[in-house]
Amino acid sequence: MNYSWNWAVLVQDPYVQWLVWGTEMTMAISIAALIIALVIGTAIGVLHSSDDRIVRSVMGAYISVFRNVPLLLQMFLWFFVVPEILPGGAGRWLKRDLPYPEIVTSIIALGLFTSSRIAVQISAGIDAVPRGQRMAARASGLSMLQVYRLVLLPQAVRIIVPPLTSEILTIFKNSSIALTIGVYELTAQTQQIQSMTYQGFEAFTAATVIYVTIALLVTLLMRGVERWTALPGTVSGGVSVQF
Amino acid sequence: MSSFDLSAISNSLPFLLEGLALSLMLTAVAMAGGLILGLLIAILRLSRLRLIAGLAALYVNGFRAVPLILVIFWFYFLVPLALGRPVGALYSVLVAFVMFEGAYYSEIMRAGLQSVRSGQWQAAKASGLSYLQTVRLVALPQALRKMAPLMVTQGVILFQDTALVYVVSLNDFMTSVTIVANNTNRPVEMYVFAALVYLLICLTGNAVASSLKHVRAIA
Repeated sequence: MNYSWNWAVLVQDPYVQWLVWGTEMTMAISIAALIIALVIGTAIGVLHSSDDRIVRSVMGAYISVFRNVPLLLQMFLWFFVVPEILPGGAGRWLKRDLPYPEIVTSIIALGLFTSSRIAVQISAGIDAVPRGQRMAARASGLSMLQVYRLVLLPQAVRIIVPPLTSEILTIFKNSSIALTIGVYELTAQTQQIQSMTYQGFEAFTAATVIYVTIALLVTLLMRGVERWTALPGTVSGGVSVQF
Repeated sequence: MSSFDLSAISNSLPFLLEGLALSLMLTAVAMAGGLILGLLIAILRLSRLRLIAGLAALYVNGFRAVPLILVIFWFYFLVPLALGRPVGALYSVLVAFVMFEGAYYSEIMRAGLQSVRSGQWQAAKASGLSYLQTVRLVALPQALRKMAPLMVTQGVILFQDTALVYVVSLNDFMTSVTIVANNTNRPVEMYVFAALVYLLICLTGNAVASSLKHVRAIA
């Protein structure tokens, strides 16, 4: 193995700047997608736990489709197919006037893909709350919306913090797939450094270290969240969610 | 946009099927290799020697912290360098997938081995079996039955992940679909068709996984 080391390449202009931009882009699309995923995933998960069989199967179909098509293909579908099949004005707007189309598209694709996975967790979390509580809450005069908002969801979300943590870690990793539609996130930037300088070892090591650091930060943050939100008298992580 | 035109799909069907065959081959090799490597890592990770267990944990957590695309790039760059001569994308991708899946399968294996009650480990030890014999003759046969559905589920995820070899232009199903989509200028038909194919295969895999949940009993 003959390889000429040059770690200095990582702190040279413009490569250090590329690494910073890549990290910022990875953080930005992951966090934006996470917000979408949490909002939509919670809504779908709540509806999936409803007693109405039709609602439940429609939500089940949503989850099934988004979980069983590769994320890379989902990015392509949003990027190349949706603008073509949307009627007239909307399609034209997406193709011509949407600012930063690849970034917006990757956020939507990543957000919806992850929403299906979060929906499964939310729904499992709600199921893990003893059924008597739902009935008791209804019997004491709460509306269905109040039952979810005040009784079921606060407990469900606490129960699913551990699997949610791994889903958040996954979203940062999955954001790398955005490079396939031309987003210059961290992996794309290091790949570019590799092809410009042939210092692949240094470039990929930098990316690996940054991803590991992000993973450690997220894990620490979520452990903090778990501790701060723990209810007295409950054991956290008591329910395991299977996928 | 003109109406849905299926001729792009039918005209390039042999090419697409070749791509699909490569995707399935990648899945099979990565699954077989990943299972063997995963078992090995799980055994090391449950070892009582701290250093060995620690190294195995480092391997697993390292691979689980980085995106698969980065792992593919890593090995695409490293494998030719390590061998001192250029090799095709296929070999580096195979190595990347086996190493990456090994980390994930080892977690499934570890949970399976740990689910075997400690009394059985003690009983096996008391009857004179070594650690490896206990794993092979007592723990593994039970763990494998319990873990079979999860292994298949992981296989479905792995099959979806093989689409990522697109980044090193290996002609798997996904890459073949993009090539046909570009050549025929029919992205809508091609990508919708690809989505349906992936959906069908993954749903079948999931059905197999859930049917395995019911055949658990030890014959």
